[in-house]
Amino acid sequence: MNLVHSEDQELLAKTAADFVAAHSPVARVRKLRDSKDPIGFSKELWREMAGLGWVGIPFPEGLGGAGMGFADLAVVLEALGRTLAPEPFVSTVLLGGQAVLLGGSEAQRKEILPGVCSGETLLALAFEEPGSRYDVSRVAVRADVEGDEWRLSGRKVHVLDGAAADTIVVSARTAGAGSDPEGITLFLVPARARGVRITAEQRIDSRGAAIVDLDSVAVGRADVVGPVDRGAVLLERVIDRAAAGLCAETLGLMSEAFERTLAYLKTRVQFGAPIGSFQALKHRAALCFIEIELARSATMAAVRALDEGSDDASKLVSVAKARCSDAAVLVTNEAVQMHGGIGMTDEHDIGFYMKRARVAELSFGDSAWHRDRFARLEGF
Amino acid sequence: MADLEEFRVETNAWLRANGPASIVGTMQTNEEGIWGGRKAVFPSPDAKRWLAIMAERGWTAPTWPREYGGGGLSPDEARVLSQEMAKLRLPPPLVGFGLTMIGPTLLQFGNEDQRREHLPKICRGEIRWCQGYSEPDAGSDLASLKTRAVREGDDLVVTGQKVWTSYADKSDWIFALVRSDPHAKKQEGITFLLIDMATPGVSVRPIQLISGASPFCETYFDEVRVPLRNVIGALHGGWTVAKALLGHERSMIADVFGGGARKGASSALVEIARRHLDAPEGPLPDPIQRDRIAQTELDARCFALTVQRSRDGAKAGHRPGPETSMFKYYATELNERRHELMVRIAGPQGLGWEGEGFVAEDLALTRAWLRSRGNSIEGGTSEIQLNVIAKRVLGLPD
Repeated sequence: MNLVHSEDQELLAKTAADFVAAHSPVARVRKLRDSKDPIGFSKELWREMAGLGWVGIPFPEGLGGAGMGFADLAVVLEALGRTLAPEPFVSTVLLGGQAVLLGGSEAQRKEILPGVCSGETLLALAFEEPGSRYDVSRVAVRADVEGDEWRLSGRKVHVLDGAAADTIVVSARTAGAGSDPEGITLFLVPARARGVRITAEQRIDSRGAAIVDLDSVAVGRADVVGPVDRGAVLLERVIDRAAAGLCAETLGLMSEAFERTLAYLKTRVQFGAPIGSFQALKHRAALCFIEIELARSATMAAVRALDEGSDDASKLVSVAKARCSDAAVLVTNEAVQMHGGIGMTDEHDIGFYMKRARVAELSFGDSAWHRDRFARLEGF
Repeated sequence: MADLEEFRVETNAWLRANGPASIVGTMQTNEEGIWGGRKAVFPSPDAKRWLAIMAERGWTAPTWPREYGGGGLSPDEARVLSQEMAKLRLPPPLVGFGLTMIGPTLLQFGNEDQRREHLPKICRGEIRWCQGYSEPDAGSDLASLKTRAVREGDDLVVTGQKVWTSYADKSDWIFALVRSDPHAKKQEGITFLLIDMATPGVSVRPIQLISGASPFCETYFDEVRVPLRNVIGALHGGWTVAKALLGHERSMIADVFGGGARKGASSALVEIARRHLDAPEGPLPDPIQRDRIAQTELDARCFALTVQRSRDGAKAGHRPGPETSMFKYYATELNERRHELMVRIAGPQGLGWEGEGFVAEDLALTRAWLRSRGNSIEGGTSEIQLNVIAKRVLGLPD
């Protein structure tokens, strides 16, 4: 494993940074929020990103993708994270897309993934339920056989981009009960199928999460993704990838929030001096810098381990997610504190960073959850 | 690359043929290593022989030029050599501040006569060096040092006191910062001077630390005459040299503690917890201690990955990135936290000083914890490191 960007990745980072500067200032996110946009991102911009080849990065060339890796995707996600671009990489590429790629049949992949890569098809993964927190095995939504069909009933929550998705991958219990990892199966559910009701959730980062209620929704046998009853293993692999991608986005957002704060420390004058000359703030800024450097190393290692199919991949994802969660919360809390009163206003952008950092922290396992998993994987 | 593989094969063969069997797996820590010097105490006759044959080949200082007693190896070759030695569990033939601090400084700032006089003796382990920087009133504010050097003909006459001079009682020469111009601005009146400790007027007194022992001493200079040719760099121009050497020192400290942060040392935490929490296998039964261990191991992993990222960057031809400025700070803070945690996990059994009722491992870890508290003080305090990051990396104003 080589923890340095390749020349191609450097170029990709530059392209992505230029694109973000030209098309995606934080003001865009503010406008989407203020206009109560029903999906919370721009489909037009998403298609442009697909046109640049970014959406297809982690999919094989035969399915319309670029056949590249998570280390490449991370470069793009970091750039987008810098201005909080809300386009649906996590929901479509990392959650829904990876579920179909890793678990789907040949027919399912061919039917769905080319449309994903071209930016036409949007996916979501409905795996969380009220009270399930980070346990993918705690599934109460039922799937029962009825003739040639399955019937799905129950409630999924925090479904990222659920209101925008064309197809939702839903985890449901086909056997067992409670938090039993055996007996969970994934299904493809068209968002417009009869019995599906989607209600937008209003979350602090103003992105499009949704509640998905299923009332005896009929899906065919061909809509099962991966092996019946063995969906938990698949989910865990998918969520590892989503968590690693989210780390890259988080790395971008904390780097940007920190740089904006440094600029403020150098220009804001109190007591006749720039406040960045005060040691109380200098040391805290230096500690933020250190945390960001550690988060960067851990994230680079996690995405590379996924690309290499390393046995350590899950462990490194937990290392990265634990670190990035804590670092992003520290850095964005400090960013608001160091901006002082202006940082508390809605008018200033820095608060947007703090809100998104908190969402990222509490998605796909917080730091304590990942430390627990790390300890388990290390054998203690 | 083919040449490097050839070098690897040859090196391995030579090490197998010449590495004394009796020293394999011994001297694994710096403290137990071969320090050399006029008063050298060798752990065994084979250790002495090991130093001699490695020095003969220039492999005590593998990357230094051959004309000064080094091995003339490229960084890649030196890496292969250390990998092959590690494979065969052969200890370093020589350790100490000659190799890690004053040697690199002489290569950078010394004149030809100074290099020829001192570097070969360092390589052969004949002279042991110590560092005279801090003074009772010049710690973090090092540039306020007062040890006086007055010019008399071709000599400087040195009077004053240094403190925290590691191993001064076992050393032969000291590299010291002295105030040669009392009227200049504080950084501009300092000279970097090499002093033979056998010169009349030098005396040394060991310091005992809270851990009960220590390598540290106080070193006194009473009208000590030092020839002007022992000035490194310009007279009054010592501050530049001093800062460069601090860079070498901090990367050495980061290496020593960062090394422990890599594999091995972290599992020591789990081992201690298994012993004290009566949990020979499976998940540790105390969820709070387990979480603390996980956090510490996770921090260690992130730090090791950052060191790796820096090295990978250097191999790819990048200049050292801003991340290197955090190494001394993070390596030492992490080492302290690990030792804190070990003692906390040991509980009342971690409170022993000596004698009956305590096992040797626990007594050792308690002493190590006490000693570790100095890590964030020596070689530039953690607070100074944060100042350096704020100023040099983040560009925050004074």
